[in-house]
Amino acid sequence: MNPNGTMPTYLGMPAFPDAARAAVADSQLRRNLTHATTAIRTKRARAVAELGDWEDLRQAAKAIKDHVLANLGTYLPRLEENVTRAGGHVHWARDAAEANAIVADLVAKAGAGSVVKVKSMATQETGLNSALAARGITAIETDLAELIVQLGDDLPSHILVPAIHRNRAEIGELFRRTMPDAPAGLTDEPARLAAAARAHLRSEFLSATVGISGANFAVADTGSLVVVESEGNGRMCLTLPRTLISVVGVEKVLPSWRDLEVFLALLPRSSTAERMNPYTTIWSGVTPGDGPESFHLVLLDNGRTATLADSVGRQALRCIRCSACLNVCPVYERAGGHAYGSPYPGPIGAILSPQLRGFSSPVDASLPFASSLCGACYEVCPVAINIPEVLVHLRAKAVESQGHYSERSVFKLSGYVLRSPRRLAAAQRAASFSRYVVGRKGRIRRLPPPLSAWTDTRDAPAPPPESFRAWWARTRGGAELRGRRPAGDSPGTSE
Amino acid sequence: MRIGLFVTCLTDTLFPDTGKAVVTLLERLGHRVEFPMAQSCCGQMHFNSGYRREAQPMARGFAAAFAAYEAIVTPSASCAAMVREYHPVLASGDAGFAREVAEVAPRVHDLATFLTSVLGVTDVGAYFPHRVTYHPTCHSLRMMHVGDAPLRLLREVRGLELADLPDAETCCGFGGTFAVKNADVSAAMCADKVAAIRASRAEVVCAGDNSCLMHIGGALSRMRTGVRTMHLAEILASAEGR
Repeated sequence: MNPNGTMPTYLGMPAFPDAARAAVADSQLRRNLTHATTAIRTKRARAVAELGDWEDLRQAAKAIKDHVLANLGTYLPRLEENVTRAGGHVHWARDAAEANAIVADLVAKAGAGSVVKVKSMATQETGLNSALAARGITAIETDLAELIVQLGDDLPSHILVPAIHRNRAEIGELFRRTMPDAPAGLTDEPARLAAAARAHLRSEFLSATVGISGANFAVADTGSLVVVESEGNGRMCLTLPRTLISVVGVEKVLPSWRDLEVFLALLPRSSTAERMNPYTTIWSGVTPGDGPESFHLVLLDNGRTATLADSVGRQALRCIRCSACLNVCPVYERAGGHAYGSPYPGPIGAILSPQLRGFSSPVDASLPFASSLCGACYEVCPVAINIPEVLVHLRAKAVESQGHYSERSVFKLSGYVLRSPRRLAAAQRAASFSRYVVGRKGRIRRLPPPLSAWTDTRDAPAPPPESFRAWWARTRGGAELRGRRPAGDSPGTSE
Repeated sequence: MRIGLFVTCLTDTLFPDTGKAVVTLLERLGHRVEFPMAQSCCGQMHFNSGYRREAQPMARGFAAAFAAYEAIVTPSASCAAMVREYHPVLASGDAGFAREVAEVAPRVHDLATFLTSVLGVTDVGAYFPHRVTYHPTCHSLRMMHVGDAPLRLLREVRGLELADLPDAETCCGFGGTFAVKNADVSAAMCADKVAAIRASRAEVVCAGDNSCLMHIGGALSRMRTGVRTMHLAEILASAEGR
């Protein structure tokens, strides 16, 4: 598999710190994000607190997902069998290129020049829209926020609210500029903007012959697919066109219908802070006289089975794309979604993208480090993905797979000092001496690179005249450890 | 109870007053504290930066230095969490090492919960007549689950006026090497934390981790706010006439 072909839209993205720098400096963006994420995280906390058994639901969801991931070999063939029995067709795609080719061929065979799309993370991941465009097929995003992103020739910056980085003034301006049928005198009032989008999309729904979607869940026992949404535009795409094509990651399968009970309770409260989402569409194959006449399910791997091989990292595949981790993440709130260089931004993106794509690009190598490890993400995750644990695990893998020579030497040397009480004490004495040079009034205002990154905005403490251990040795009589180092212990050796 | 003080490399090197405060406090409560000189660093910075091979001997050194103590008390919830959660990871695959870690790790306590849960005290006899706000550090909150233990301790301090900190549970942006590797985002997070501290109108901001306090204090001092940072231990050790 070509690692660069996993998420083709995001080729050539800069490393996270560089992309984040611009976002941090954009005060409009910061305001938009803070406003949106603060509102939703407060509402989510309230919606979750209503349920007395939230933690039990969370543990149940985790257990179901872990069971599925350990038994994909059972459930995927079962899903295929039951979808086929219900009149659908199942296709298997190893990577983005294969999935896109399957979809484009199906659209071409249906004779359609354009398709309407349900909001779908899997097709954002594969870059389906540009692949279709290359075959002369126009893809029309019908989720309001995805439409805003598409009209602005922009990239999504949030899983649930892809246009979260835009405020209504920016959206009003965009509609007036790019929407050919925007009503004259369209204002920035949210209701008017929504009405304009509704009118614009209505004709597309009625004329479309092919609909494309993802799915939130795929039930193996019944061959049913589930799409959860708020607007109803998804249901239009899922029911009006003659042909329906759904691109679904292999990890979305659930064993049985009753498993939905757990996930349909967790997902809306975690993502939109609703007790129940307004539209849940569930279909099994085709039903004559009702909905699409032809249904195709494209099961997508695209790095998922490789991720499954990592015993710590595989928990990322439990993700149900709710966005709760984005909404609570202080790094996401300030860096914005684009800095993550993937349709999966925020904490989940930081662990998912490098696993699906590998560490070869600058952004993927930097993503595991794009976190202060505060743990707010793990706390809210409805499937209990221990994101900080996976982050530090991936950091170790990143260091192993490439590592930066000068950084490695700094860590080796500091490790050599810190693992020995003798050397630590010696370093402390040197530091105490240096205070006469560097510290003015107990504060250091400027340090050389790379520590200048700290002192650019923050003072550093000057070393005290005496370390704690020196004080203890002096006042409590414990001999300060000095003397010869054990044979064979040098900065190059680690054990 | 034989209590060993795990002072942490950062506090040892840069904030010795915190270590002295822990000793003063525990002795005032009638306990003897020992400082095993063989201790150095828990390896958190190396582990969290991906340098596990370098962190491993530090975890070994920790287990050896503290094997003899019934309770290991540290003024860093973050380092306590490192020992409890991640030393077992570093020891996995080596049965002897894993056994040593399994013995020692559960005996590591951060100062606040050691006082409230192990010793069962909230009034430690402290006097500190200042307006103080408390920043719950991320690892104290989400890894060590200290809950409101620090606040219960602070509420019993004579003369202390406890000020609410807006958005208290939001990270200050330290995150170890994150503060340097992602300096822009880190500084933006810290600026918001500083704004919240100023809004609390506190003279002193305290916490259970000197690492986060070093970060917050660095920004408070650069912005010439006049607000001081102090470790929770130093407030709890303060007494009338001292």
